Amino acid sequence: MNEPVSNQDGFNRSAGRQLLLIAVGSVVGITLLMLGLSWASSLAGGARVSKGIDAATGTVTLALADEPPQLDSTRSTDTISSMVLGHVTEGLIKNGEGGKLAPGVAERWEITDTSATFWLRPDARWSDGKPVTAHDFVFAWRKTVDPKTASEYATIFFAIKNAEAINKGQAPVSSLGVRAEGDRILRVELVRPVAYFDKLMVFKSFNPVREDFFNATRGRYGADADTLLYNGPFKITRWVHGSKLRMEKNEFYWAKDRVKVNVLDFAYFSSDPNALINLYKDGKIALAGLNQENLNEALVKRWPINRFQRGSVAYMEFNHRKGRPTANLHLRRAIQLVIDPDEIVYRVIKLPGNVPGRSLFPVWLDGVDAKFREEYPAKRIMPDRVEARRQLALAKKALGVDKIPPLTLLSDDGALGDKLTEYYQETFRRELGLEIRIDKQIFKQRLAKMSAGDFDIVSAGWNPDFPDPLTFADLFASWNSNNRGRYKNPELDRLVAVAQTSTDVRTRMDVFGKIQEILIEDPPMVPTYEPGVVYVVDPRLKGVVRRVAGFDPDYTNVSIGEK
Amino acid sequence: MWRYTLNRLLQGIVTVWFIATATFLAMHAVPGDPMSGDRAVTPEIRKNLEAKYGLDKPLAEQYVIYLGNLARGDFGISFTQQNREVNDIIREHFPISATLGILAIVFASLGGILWGALTALYRNKLPDIVIMFFVILGISVPSFVFAALGQLALVKLNDFLGFSLLPVAGWGTVSHMLVPSLVLGLGTMAYLTRLMRSSMLEIINSDYLRTAKAKGLPATRIFTRHQLRNAILPVVTVLGPSIAGITTGSFVVESVFAIPGLGRYFVQAVQQLDYTVIMGTTVFFGSFLVLMVIIVDLLYGFIDPRVRVS
Repeated sequence: MNEPVSNQDGFNRSAGRQLLLIAVGSVVGITLLMLGLSWASSLAGGARVSKGIDAATGTVTLALADEPPQLDSTRSTDTISSMVLGHVTEGLIKNGEGGKLAPGVAERWEITDTSATFWLRPDARWSDGKPVTAHDFVFAWRKTVDPKTASEYATIFFAIKNAEAINKGQAPVSSLGVRAEGDRILRVELVRPVAYFDKLMVFKSFNPVREDFFNATRGRYGADADTLLYNGPFKITRWVHGSKLRMEKNEFYWAKDRVKVNVLDFAYFSSDPNALINLYKDGKIALAGLNQENLNEALVKRWPINRFQRGSVAYMEFNHRKGRPTANLHLRRAIQLVIDPDEIVYRVIKLPGNVPGRSLFPVWLDGVDAKFREEYPAKRIMPDRVEARRQLALAKKALGVDKIPPLTLLSDDGALGDKLTEYYQETFRRELGLEIRIDKQIFKQRLAKMSAGDFDIVSAGWNPDFPDPLTFADLFASWNSNNRGRYKNPELDRLVAVAQTSTDVRTRMDVFGKIQEILIEDPPMVPTYEPGVVYVVDPRLKGVVRRVAGFDPDYTNVSIGEK
Repeated sequence: MWRYTLNRLLQGIVTVWFIATATFLAMHAVPGDPMSGDRAVTPEIRKNLEAKYGLDKPLAEQYVIYLGNLARGDFGISFTQQNREVNDIIREHFPISATLGILAIVFASLGGILWGALTALYRNKLPDIVIMFFVILGISVPSFVFAALGQLALVKLNDFLGFSLLPVAGWGTVSHMLVPSLVLGLGTMAYLTRLMRSSMLEIINSDYLRTAKAKGLPATRIFTRHQLRNAILPVVTVLGPSIAGITTGSFVVESVFAIPGLGRYFVQAVQQLDYTVIMGTTVFFGSFLVLMVIIVDLLYGFIDPRVRVS
């Protein structure tokens, strides 16, 4: 507005000097302030600057995706808590080498069609030195099925006598079909034969909880490092919420000689892939996942890259409710015929570790003598536009319309979800002339819409609870509440019932083979891919085990070696 | 003065009550169900869960219970972190966000005042043009870009030096705080620079400045006593909301640098429909904002005596 007054330059110079003084003063001030704040927050406890691998102290530093939300095994549902619990607690049976089961707290067991008996080892101890007894299992199992606990995994106990009635509030908790004979024998009564009962015992809900300790924590069991009792290879010695969790070797663990590192230090809680890879690059953590962006860098730098299939299956699920066009078999088949899992994995996802989806049963499941999918290969659907259009014409005729109304595709808000939904939208338009409306929702809203049946197609998936085909096979049984599209096929229901009660391996696998055929002929969903992860591990860290069922990653057997 | 303070505090309490009620209603109007998970549960288990968290009661009753707990300062237990009280979450994580926020605001306000004064003194000359270029950059580039770039720069720096000068993520020491708080303060710093510049220019030709010059005061004295002190007023005005904004808006920086602050809980709670944490953090941050505005109003009186009179 106004012109500078005279001798402005001289004024500026001295004002500049003044400003410089202020600047120097504030730098000194900030330094002092930061030292003060740092002192204050070091009292509150934060991450120290440490190395990813410290051979001298036997410490491995790692990152957790997030704070473990629930370490009370009777109520825990999420994978992060599973992973932590897998290191600090142990059930009757545990995962051993090469996908086989290994004795945990139980040294041996016997499972029949009507009962199961476990003989507990005498040297299994809690981290306070007291022995782990059969009573600890009885207490934990009763706690989980108790309706007052409101455990979401109570259903996994329903093969045990009275479990379902207790959970519905129709029988007293003490009537659960499990009892301790002395301290070292645990007897379980079953209402139906369970072919995979031993595999089930690996699941965290079946872990022991000691009654006196649980009650002493006054409802805060598992809330802090000192309100949880440990019987696994490690124990939590320090847990700063949202920040770090430190595990040290448990001196009372019965197989402590097999534990080769002293400390697992989860010093960072972050799920940001770039932050994690930067920490890895800086030598602060020993393992980090890769995404599409930093995979190239890893390749250029020739880092040893590992891949691992998570064990889950991703698919497009159809809605079969009345009035939904997708209830029509021909429309579903038309869509099935234009979905190309190879293209999805190699052109859209473009990340090693992912496998094209050909069946609801993933490739890692065991069959009778070999892998299930080798013994019962899934019929391969080749993309076929001519046949797809013929099916579409049949669908239009059956529905009595000239044009299929726009279909709603419900999906989540992840970066990969975006790419995939756009691919589906374009493919369906190009191949079939179908109009797709994408309904992108955040997690809880997507679940709400799935449960309410507010979709035509939804991109969904399933993580196995235990390594048996049944965890997938019963997904589309008409009574399963995870069957969000309300698919109903009497033959499939009958076969699932057979698989649930039979204990003969051959019979069960034959049944799963037939279920696989039904899922392709009358599809409730179309498999798209089996998700995988790619990750880098510090070459000095040996023995990291990745698992499809149970907790993952498994650091219980790691050791520190040479590069 | 006391009456004025008391009046402002009462207004603040009404504002907080309004925030609490609006959040409560909005939260329950959002589609979705806090008790839902990846795995569907049987109707019985669902009922058990609802009873456990008091969600089976009618909404009006839930509201009354909630207001009662609020008056006692009890926000309840988190739905997702099922063993933690919301009060604990706030108590453990807010100091970290606050530390980060205080540092960021110190950087932002000192930087803003310095750069702003400089640009005004060298108006339309090279320093002004260069600084204003960066100011526009700072205002328009979102903080997650700066955060990612800042972290990348640290990795490159440590790589170049061959040792870890500054940690790339984590929390606990001075070295952990430096880059995240700078990144967090950048946007505000740019905004304050612009504000400071315009307010300096506004008074550069005011009567009192001319008088000061006419009576021969030394230039440095004019600058600090008359120009800077008056120009700072608008900056102080926006400082209150800025402090609250920075402290509550640190989610991105916290997640990039793996800092265990409250911002992460604030955002995740909404995505996961963790009712108690949503209510707790929103009411807490709301009260914090209201308090900051009140403090700035009172502070204003000390800087500008005219406000005290009215």
